[in-house]
Amino acid sequence: MSFLRTNHHSYAVRSWSAVAGLLLLAACGIGAGADADTNSTARQQSSASTPDRTLTVFAAASLQKPFTQIGKDFESAHPGVTVRFSFGGSSGLVTQLSDGAPADVLATANEATMDQATAADLVSGQPTPFVSNTLQIVVPQDNPVGISSLTDLTKPAAKVVVCAPAVPCGAATLAVERAAGIDLKPASEEQSVTDVLGKVRSGQADAGLVYLTDVAGAAGDVKGIDFPEAKAAVNTYPIARLRDARDAALATQFMAAVTGPQGQDVLKAAGFAAP
Amino acid sequence: MTQLSVPKWLLLPAALGALLVAVPILAMALSVDWSNFSSLVTSEASTDALWLSLRTASVSTLLCLLFGIPLAAVLARTAGTAATLLRSLVLLPLVLPPVVGGIALIQAFGRRGLLGSTLDVLGLQVAFSTTAVVIAQTFVAMPFLVISLEGALRAAGTRYEDIAATLGAGPTTVFRRVTLPLALPGLVSGTILAFARCLGEFGATITFAGSLQGTTRTLPLEIYLQREGDPRAAVALSLVLVAVAVIVIGLTRTRRYSLTAGTP
Repeated sequence: MSFLRTNHHSYAVRSWSAVAGLLLLAACGIGAGADADTNSTARQQSSASTPDRTLTVFAAASLQKPFTQIGKDFESAHPGVTVRFSFGGSSGLVTQLSDGAPADVLATANEATMDQATAADLVSGQPTPFVSNTLQIVVPQDNPVGISSLTDLTKPAAKVVVCAPAVPCGAATLAVERAAGIDLKPASEEQSVTDVLGKVRSGQADAGLVYLTDVAGAAGDVKGIDFPEAKAAVNTYPIARLRDARDAALATQFMAAVTGPQGQDVLKAAGFAAP
Repeated sequence: MTQLSVPKWLLLPAALGALLVAVPILAMALSVDWSNFSSLVTSEASTDALWLSLRTASVSTLLCLLFGIPLAAVLARTAGTAATLLRSLVLLPLVLPPVVGGIALIQAFGRRGLLGSTLDVLGLQVAFSTTAVVIAQTFVAMPFLVISLEGALRAAGTRYEDIAATLGAGPTTVFRRVTLPLALPGLVSGTILAFARCLGEFGATITFAGSLQGTTRTLPLEIYLQREGDPRAAVALSLVLVAVAVIVIGLTRTRRYSLTAGTP
């Protein structure tokens, strides 16, 4: 009996230590959040004249690199300001905003998704177009099936991956298909342009249609091929202040930073064209 | 009502736990656009996805049984470092994020993967095929079968097996007529869990197999895609998936009771 009891006891000790471990982990998670708070308090104290402000920007996934840079520049130009980003598919971002996600600025990868946001009464004022992006054929560095034009994508031997029509890059793909009068038989219709790039980059696919900026971001692993039909689907990226912005003045300043010369330089370096 | 055999203070956290699961499901059911429900779930894309899911999940579950039963038997009846290592390896997909599983599968079976060229020589094109979906589902679901069956085999012990052996039964006969029947409840619940996991597989599939209607776009992938285009359809399809899951869970419960009732 006493043997049983000790056994029970050690079992209990083990489960309690497991629970304690979990609690510790949870505490760490909370601790990380608290850390961020302490940081901002510290920042607030260091610049007592300007109160601590946070700007939340929802932006299309393709903007990740240049916007992160613009955000850093903006933070150093505005002491006490923290810029937080949420990057994702444009339609998904609009869905999150209509579900009540708090944000100050929205930048989408095409005008159709911004129109959805406007229709849902999420936007304040008129959205400003700030860059444009075109599709490019992307192939692995060694171009295994010798793609050189859009029509080459219909070669039976070529495994081609594109975006699904429901997402902005897929809508652009449909537009260039129509302009060229071809019908692609893709091996896969991906959820986002980064998924298309990933499948070409890993050599799973022989070719794909992505934005010029995606090819620029993966230079070295993949090659981009221009095609004339791309003109049929030039995506204009609009940026807008959100109606529920907590800091409207700061949101307007950030938009000015994006449309201003310094921001435009960063965007051009990432492969974007003027709107 | 029978006397409660649990401490009363357990009831509050138990109720909160139940609510955590029940409230979101209920909220989703309430948000379904019922007037258009049938047209939303019977679109060609939706039915293609549902059938693909049921077909691939069935084949994958068979593969899980084919490989998982022997694995569980080996793990349950051996001890030592090698067995511990093997168990950790087999159960690894349980703790891996499915997208990591997908990346690993690409490195192994992808066109430029470790086995990709060998498969090419054999005329097997795994990339972007339904086969890739089945491989991904089997990869993530097999541990569920192995873990339940191994537990059942260990709980059953080796007494009856030893007696059968002394009575002259060979190892195969013992395994088929004593070991497996004794562990049948564990095998059944493991199979149903594995099937449910196959049906819900998302991350490894979208990473490894891609997404094409009728070929690789299973129901979870279709739901994720519809979220972008038509959120109402996504909610309706989610409810279909919940219904299938509920049927599967119900199946486990009734089967388990009837089986335990029949076991001496």
